[in-house]
Order: sequence, then C-alpha cells, then structure tokens
Amino acid sequence: MSEISTLTPVLTDNWDAERSWTLASYEAHGGYDGLRKALSMEPSAVIDEVKESGLRGRGGAGFPTGMKWSFIPQDNPKPKYLVVNADESEPGTCKDIPLMMASPHTLVEGVIISSYAIRANRAFIYVRGEVLHVIRRLQRAVQEAYLAGHLGKNIHGSGYDLDLVVHPGAGAYICGEETALLDSLEGRRGQPRLRPPFPAVAGLYASPTVINNVESIASVPSIIANGAEWFASMGTEKSKGFGIFSLSGHVKNPGQYEAPLGITLRELIDLAGGVREGHELKFWTPGGSSTPLFTAEHLDVPLDFESVAASGSMLGTRALQIFDDSTCVVRAVLRWTEFYKHESCGKCTPCREGTWWLVQTLAKLERGEGTEADLELLLDQCDNILGRAFCALGDGATSPITSSIQFFRDEYLAHLTHGGCPFDPAASTVFATAGAH
Amino acid sequence: MTTSPERTGAEVEHVTLTVDGVQVSVPKDTLVIRAAEQVGVQIPRFCDHPLLAPVGACRQCLVDVPDAGNGRGFPKPQASCTLQVAEGMVVNTQATSPVADKAQQGIMEFLLINHPLDCPVCDKGGECPLQNQAMSNGRGESRFSEGGGVKRTYPKPINISANVLLDRERCVLCARCTRFSEQIAGDPFIALIERGALQQVGIYEKEPFESYFSGNTIQICPVGALTSAEYRFRSRPFDLVSTPSIAEHDACGAAIRVDHRRGKVMRRLAGNDPEVNEEWITDKDRFGFAYAQLPDRLTYPQVRDESGELRPASWPEAFAVAARGLRAAGACAVLPGGRVTAEDAYAYAKFARVALGTNDVDFRARPLSAEEASFLAAEVVLRGPGDGGVTYADLEAASTVVLAGLEPEDEAGTIFLRLRKANRAHGTRVLALAPYSSRGLQKMGGRLLPTAPGDEPAVLDSLVGHSDFGLDASSVLLVGERLATVPGALSAAARLAHRTGARLAWVPRRAGDRGALEAGCLPTLLPGGRPVASPDARVDAATAWGVDRLPETPGRDTDQIVSALRSGELGGLVIGGVDPDDTSDPAATRAAIEAASFVVALELRETEVTRAADVVFPVAAAVEKAGMFVTWEGRPREFPAVLSVPHALPDLRVLAGIAEELGAPLGFRTVTEVRAQLTEMGPWDGERATLDEAAPAGAASGEGLRLATWKQMIDDGSLTDGEPYLRATARAPIARVSPATYATLPAGTAAVVVSGDRGELTLPVEVADDMVDGTVWVPARSAGAGVLAALAAPGSPVRLAATETPATPAGASDPAHHGGVQ
Repeated sequence: MSEISTLTPVLTDNWDAERSWTLASYEAHGGYDGLRKALSMEPSAVIDEVKESGLRGRGGAGFPTGMKWSFIPQDNPKPKYLVVNADESEPGTCKDIPLMMASPHTLVEGVIISSYAIRANRAFIYVRGEVLHVIRRLQRAVQEAYLAGHLGKNIHGSGYDLDLVVHPGAGAYICGEETALLDSLEGRRGQPRLRPPFPAVAGLYASPTVINNVESIASVPSIIANGAEWFASMGTEKSKGFGIFSLSGHVKNPGQYEAPLGITLRELIDLAGGVREGHELKFWTPGGSSTPLFTAEHLDVPLDFESVAASGSMLGTRALQIFDDSTCVVRAVLRWTEFYKHESCGKCTPCREGTWWLVQTLAKLERGEGTEADLELLLDQCDNILGRAFCALGDGATSPITSSIQFFRDEYLAHLTHGGCPFDPAASTVFATAGAH
Repeated sequence: MTTSPERTGAEVEHVTLTVDGVQVSVPKDTLVIRAAEQVGVQIPRFCDHPLLAPVGACRQCLVDVPDAGNGRGFPKPQASCTLQVAEGMVVNTQATSPVADKAQQGIMEFLLINHPLDCPVCDKGGECPLQNQAMSNGRGESRFSEGGGVKRTYPKPINISANVLLDRERCVLCARCTRFSEQIAGDPFIALIERGALQQVGIYEKEPFESYFSGNTIQICPVGALTSAEYRFRSRPFDLVSTPSIAEHDACGAAIRVDHRRGKVMRRLAGNDPEVNEEWITDKDRFGFAYAQLPDRLTYPQVRDESGELRPASWPEAFAVAARGLRAAGACAVLPGGRVTAEDAYAYAKFARVALGTNDVDFRARPLSAEEASFLAAEVVLRGPGDGGVTYADLEAASTVVLAGLEPEDEAGTIFLRLRKANRAHGTRVLALAPYSSRGLQKMGGRLLPTAPGDEPAVLDSLVGHSDFGLDASSVLLVGERLATVPGALSAAARLAHRTGARLAWVPRRAGDRGALEAGCLPTLLPGGRPVASPDARVDAATAWGVDRLPETPGRDTDQIVSALRSGELGGLVIGGVDPDDTSDPAATRAAIEAASFVVALELRETEVTRAADVVFPVAAAVEKAGMFVTWEGRPREFPAVLSVPHALPDLRVLAGIAEELGAPLGFRTVTEVRAQLTEMGPWDGERATLDEAAPAGAASGEGLRLATWKQMIDDGSLTDGEPYLRATARAPIARVSPATYATLPAGTAAVVVSGDRGELTLPVEVADDMVDGTVWVPARSAGAGVLAALAAPGSPVRLAATETPATPAGASDPAHHGGVQ
C-alpha cells in the first residue's frame, strides 16, 4: 500500500551525537538556525509558514498547529502564553520524554519560535513530574539558552523578550488533558475545565494561551529552517510531515522510529527487526492504550490521521504497543483499565464510577467467573461512559475494552470455559524462556 | 453565570428553541436545563444549582441535541446544565429521546454503585434528590450489587466543623458544597481532595469549616452526605410540618422554613426570597432556635406577693395587679426592646400613649443618641422599597457601597452575601469606615477607609467630592446602628448623601428595630412616622385611635428613662426583651430597674429583669405567634404562627389586657386586629421631621487607646442559648491591635488585659496589620459580661497590659452573663 520504507530522522537526527543534549552539540548540528531565521520574519509570517507546512498536533488530536496559533486574539490586552504539554503519561507513549532527554534544545528552540509567532513573552513547559532526569536536562538546556542569549530580554537584538519556565507536574495522568494541565500549572488541583471559554481565549490565568505537544513544538524549528514545502513533501496529503513512532512490546528492537506519516506497521516492524522470535503479532495499539486495538489484519493501514480513523481507531501519539500471541488480551485490557481507574480525576460520574466498576467486572472475567452476559454488561458500561464523560479520558478508558471484545470475544469466553486465564502469564514477559507459549 | 432574575429593566433578548417538540422562547444565555423547566420537563440533576456557576460534573442532566441551532447536532449527549440555548436549537430530553434516557439511566446507575443505599437510616431519606431521581430516572435493581460489586467505604461520619458532619460514602461529589463555600460565602475551608472514586470533600486538618453560612451546604447537598450535629437522626422529613417564616436574628428579613413535629421545632431551612436572601441564610438563622424551647421558659404569669416573692398568678389577676401597680406608680415608661414584631411594637407604642399617657417609649435597648432619633425620623422612617428606600437589588446594582458603623458579615449576614455577590459579579466597590479591614471586608473585595472610633464624621465629610471615591446617585451609603455612638456621624452621613446624591439606608441589628420605628416606639414618633411634635400628626393619630388627645411633649429616650427612673421622676416601667448588659450603661439600667417603684416585665425566659419585676408575663416567641418583621430596607415581611402554645401570649395581647384593666382599652386583642388598625391608620402623609444636625465631639478625652467594638454574629447573645454546636462555631474572642501598639507590649505577648472605666477583660491579642494606631478592637459580647458591662463605652479610652493569664476561651464565659433575655 505504502511506498514508504525509509526513516526520515529530523527530530531524532542528533540523538546519537556525543552529549547531544548540550547546547554546543545542538548548535554544531545546525541548532538555533531556525530561530535566527524566525526572528528575521514577522510573527504572522511564522504562523503562515507553519500553517502552510500542514503540521498537525502531535499530541493525538491532530489539530492543525498553525490554525490553533491564529486563534489567539491579538487585540486582547492580557498577556499571551505558550504552554508545552510535556506531561507524557499515556501507557505506551514514549516519544516526548526521549526527545527531551536526548535533545532538549530542539524543544527549547521550538518554544522560542512558537512564542515569537503568537507574541507571547512567557512560556511554560509542563513536564511530567516522575521524569526527574528529563526535568534536569530541560532546566540545564533552558539555562544554557539564557546564557547564549536565546532566551531573556531582547533576544539576539530583535527586541523580542521571552522567559521560559520548566514546571514539573505532580504525577497525575489527568494533567495531560490541556485544561487540567492549566489548572495544575496555576497551582490548583488538576481537573479539566468547562469549555467554553477555550484556552485560546481564556487559558492560563484567564489569558489567551496556546497549548501544544512537545513534538509539535519541536517540529517547528525544522519547518522554519527548511521551509513549509520541505515539511509538506513528506507524509500524506492530509497528514503531512514526519513523526516519531514508538515501538514497544514484542518486537526485536523496540524504540523510536522517525518516519513520514503514512508508514505502515508492517514496514515499522520490519525496521524493528520483526516481532519476537517464534511468535506472531496478535494485537497492537496504534496510538497508546486509549486508542482502539488493531490486529494483524491492520498491518497495512497507513499510519496517518485519516486512514487510522477510517479503520476504526485513532493515530493518537503513535505509541505502537506490539503484543504477540503469548499475551492474554483480557489481562492486558484489565491492566489498562486499572490504570484508568487509578488515574480518573474524579470530577465526573461516568469516568469516576464507571472505571471503578469496569475493573471489577473485568477482574471477574479474568478469573473465569461470571457469564457471557457479563460481556454485554461490560459493553453497556462502556456505552454509558463513552461520550458521557466530562473530558476525553473517560472515552479513552472504554477503547481497549470495546475493541478487544470486538476482536477477541472468543478469548473472553475461553476464560469462562477454562475457569480462568488459559495463558501462561510468564510467557509474554521479557524473561520468558524461548519457545514459551 | 447565575440565573437570578435580571433587574436591569432593559429588554432582554430572547431566543426560541424546541424542547421535546415544544417551542419555547427564553432569554439569551439561558441554560438548556432551565429552558426545559419552562416547558414542564424536569431534567434530573445533582451538581446544577441556579445560584452557583455551572460545572457539568455529575453528568446526570444529559440530553440529546440533534440540532445546535446551526443545522448540525451534537454527536454525543450534552450536559444541559452547561449548554446555553441557541436560536433554532432542538433538544430532546429523557421524555422523548431514548438516547438521553439511556444516558441518564447510565449515570444514575454509576452514581449508585458507590452509594451505601442506606436510605432507611439517612436523614435525607424522604426529601433526597438522589432517592427521588433514582426512582424517576434509574433502574429498579442494581446490576452492580447483583454482580457482587464491592463498594468504596469510609468510616462515617466525620466532623468538618462543630456543626457540620460529613458522611463520605453518601457523597456523589457534585461539589455544590465546595462551590457554595467558595463562590457565595467566600469561606473555602472545604475542598475536594484525592482523585477517582476516592475523591472526597476534605478540610485542611488545622482549619475546620469555619463559616457563618456553613449550614447552607447541608441544605443544598443533594444527598445525605452533609448533616448537622443538631438535626442528625432527630426526625424524618415526612413527619415534619413546614411553615414559612422570617428569621428573627437580624434586621435582614431572611425567609426561612420552620419544620416542627409534635409541638417542637426540629429544624429550620432557608426559604427562597429572591428579593431578600435568595436561598441563603446564616447559621444563626438556621440553627439558633433552641432558646425558645429551653426549660427556663416562663409558662405562667407571676405577681409579687406581700412577702416580696414572685408567685404564680392567673392571667386576669396578673392583668389587674399590673394595672393597679402602674396606676399607683405615677409616671411610667415603656422599653419594648428591639426584637418585637411590628404588631407587638405597635401595641407597645399605643399602650404608652393611650394607656399610660406618655411618649416615654423607646425600642433602642443599646447605646443611642438624640441625634439618632432625629436621624431616624428625618431620613429613615417610612422609606421603603418603592418609596426611595434602598433595597438588596440596589446594593447589587450599586457602583459603590459605603459602610459606616456596620460590619455586614457579623451584623447583617444577608447584606454581606449580597455585597459579595455584587462585588464578584459587577465589581461593585465596597468602602468601609472601620478601624481595620475585617475578613468580611476582604471577602467583599472591599477597601478600608481607616477610621478610628469617633473619626467617622470627618471621614464621611472627606468623601464629598473625593477624587478616588466620587460618590453619585449610583452609590449607596449604609449606616449601622453603632454610628449612634459617634456624635455627628449620622449627621455627616445624611450630609454626604444629600451632597453627592448617594442613597442612604440605616441598618439596625435586631429584627424588630425597623418595625418598632415604623410602629412608633420612639419618644418622638407615633405610629406611621407621625412626628409627636406635629399637632396635625397627633390629631391624626388621636382620631384614628378614638381618643381625645395624645401626650404632646416628646418623650424620654432609653437613656433618659433610665436616669428618670433613678431620680424618681418616673415610677413605673413596662419592660420587654431588654438585657441590661446591652444598654448604654448596664449598671445604670440595673439601678433604674431597682429604683423603679413598679416593674412589669414581658419575657420569654427568666432573667434578672423578671426576677426584679413586680409582675411577669410569659410572652410568645416568634414561632409561637403570627407577626411581621420589617427589614432594614423598610420591606414588610409577614409570617404565620408555627406553633400554638397555651402558656404564652403575644406581647400585644398582654398589653391589651393591662390596658383594659387600666380603663383605656387598646381596641385589639389579636394580631389580626392590630394589622387591621395599622392598615386603617396608614403612614403619615404630612411633613417629615427635619434632621437636627449634631456636631462631632472631636477626639475622646483621656489617655489610652480608643475602644472599637461590635458584636460578632455568633457570640454569647441569648438567642443562641441551648445550641452548643452553633456556639462552638463562634469566632474565638480576641483583642486586635495595630503593629505599633503591639510593639509597645513586651515581646511575645499572647494575651492582654484591656481595662476601662467599667472593668477589664482578658483576651488573646492579635495584630491587625492595617489597624488604626491608638485603637484596640474587642468583640462586644463574646467575653465576660461583654464590653458595655465589663469594659467601657465604645470609643472611650482603654488601657492595655500584657498578661500571663490564659485568656478565657470562647464560650467559657460566665453562664450567668448569657442572659435569659428574649
């Protein structure tokens, strides 16, 4: 289906450089060239360039980044803010944290260019609190950028001022939801806000705010440096450019693979050396645990926003978790659901109470208790959560359940007939002996 | 985005939408959940409350919106409590949409999985929105329980204040209580903590839920999660008889609902009066009713026999003895106190004039001045809503509200809530003449005009043409009754209002004060604002009353009555609910009662006054009689009797009985008859009295700090007697001083002895950063016998000394000083 078979390292290009996280290394690889070019442009021209590139939000929703920036009302007397959502917490998602670890300056440069474009004089990186080593690298990078004059007053004589704050979260999945993130950033308890007003109008401190994913912002310097056309030449018609595909689980060489959007899992698995020796692909997530599962029949679905949606899932964060035939899907889904129960913020009823109940129903099924009617009950619970919750996180909790029942109903039933899980739980582990099944 | 009625008068733009196939036109920005109410569809809800900002948390009110007004529908059900109407919108609720119905049933099922379903032992059972809506919008059987589901459990209940208990298992986490505390009361001492199903209402462990308005959270809780220590496990709602009434604790006129069972009031709730208190009341209004049910209630008349002891007497005998004694006593005076209903006040006023032939009647049983009487006659009486009177709505619409001699959070809770709302919604500027910025002022977003006691006239004068605080016709000036203690202050307030066009209102503390003023319980005013000094007015009143003439000379005010009794110029005294410790000079008042040759007391409970009286009549408490309170606005608010009791009569019936024995019948025996007389008599339509301006007295003489004081809402006042949980929420009494004053004390001073010419009080001391230098603030009735009896007159000099003695803790003052006064 797809012609793509090669990687396009842009964001990951310098990851193998010596001390790639330092300013010296980054600049040696052409870092901050984009910034100098951007500062010579009008802010609105920067927005236009990003718009033309077709860059869409890399946090999962795929909203056009340039359009989001242009929603910021420039006649609003309040200050404008750029907030980078670096609260990467979705099970399976591991692209932003490696990026900030390996090349924090890519993000910092992106922040400066993006802030300049929306005319913000203060930007924040809200980074997941658990990743202390990443926070340290980011803080050091910001410090280096200040010392080099990339941040602070009158950046490179342009008259433009920007302060950048690295703010660690306190360990809540919900704070990856952009309005909950804003509440948390303001020092409150992270819970999603009522919309409208939307953050572009009244976001951080009730001021116009752009919230972008790390990868979206990190893509900006290359777009400015190489031009919108260069970026748009990659990817598909509606999903342009490249992205980091994070392969984890039962593949030989898990890791981050940067490729144009539209690549297929089949190609990616080839690049990763194939699935685990002696096993077959059973199911996988295209964009983290909140996106409906795919199976081997979806190996050739182009991984772009439209094609994945057309096949019944979401591209999400391109967190490709690969599960081979040693894995019990019921067990995997139960673990994810326990995560959602643990991380439900509690604000709205369906997510708070629904995940509490889902876990109990799934656990019962995994133990081989209950009846086939419990599957209908599970689906009905999901139906009562999906589209009823306050934010999208409630919806996400139902995706693995409904999709797994869709593809693996027989396996659920096998638990009932078998009187428990028919799988050897050790077989799917890293330490499983070869040939385990 | 509350939905209280807009009073702007401007034409509100309407939009038309279709709800369940019925077209309805509602004001723009209306929420769908309320638009549905207009067509008679009740969408179930928990977190939604019309007076709180929408939150959309519980998701119970989901509806199907096939057309948002733009031809496109929402793919998912929408929360109708956060969705605003749009022209052409189509909404299908549970009544017509299977999708909406299933969505609602699903949410209800979720809400119940972690709910204990302990309705049979829950106080809310029978009046519970969760119970009711589970019946109307839920399934009969629990799939969760059938499947062996395990509920989340907690120890139950926990105290979040002395007054409020929280049962976390029952909580559906709608956040009404936390939002009320933050948005309405401004006391965010409760907040949601933890997450997921373990989310719960919590307090900071060192800060209990301290709020004068905490009881409202219990009432708006849609489940039985919040209960009061006072009512928990006392009754079932279906055993209660409810009667609408008006709160008797302040001059705000808040609507309440009194629930009684078998002759006993079990609880009180907030009523809904959009013009007055909306749906909120103070904790004192809610919980302060036990005083009328205490064992020391008087239940029969008493007369003093030959041996000098009080003995029980029949009503006719007591009437006769009272009449005989008053006749023999010579000149008599009447002190009705400030808590009487307007009808009772009228009876006192008429009794004084017709039966005793005197104008010596004054409702003011607290520090007062002749200037105040003149001010009331010239600027206050007869002004009401529609007659130039300031209303709550005016407060909300005002650009600036100036407070002088008034601390609304303590002295008029409903005004406080309205001003806070005005400030939050419209940025109304609140300016307070006060010695320091109280927490109440901060919560109203107010600004302090630092004013030492006695300096009010100068500060008021300085506001004329003030460059920053220019007042105009959109401004309101609220003066409290305390301003009477500052010579020239009320004159200055009137002057300021006249010069700037700002509107002026007087806010007394007690529920009966304004009604008593209107009813003529003032030495210079007859009922309906008729000036005693006006011959026309006297003739008018005499004609209405069918008497030849009325006493012509203006009477004595309370302070003058006290001195005349002591000097022997007056012999007899008819006294209502007066606590000597509340009066200008408690010692003098006691001496006057002692010196009086004959005292008739009308009281609820035994007090030092009844012990000293010659005839004692038990009178009905507010719940035991019909009546009317007039709010500070001049707005009449009538209420029916809640209980019918055999052992007490309304004051007016007692006075009528004595008057008949005196041979001067008052022409009424019942509340209805008094109301008829009041209506027939009507207000005075002649010329108003003019204000006799008084000059400021200048700085107080003598060395020392000037004493600033007011009564805290919950203190040792007798109307909170018998309610220990409420008393326990009182703010601890402390003395407040400026940083400079504190610096004069030895380092680390924690407690001080404040001493004045009447005694001394020992209190913990705190620094108020913006306290005016040379001033000390002490709560008026929270420690010892109170400031007037045991310290000094407000504004007078006091001294401060550090002490090692531990200060008296709150509520631990001598119980004898709680008084037993009505």
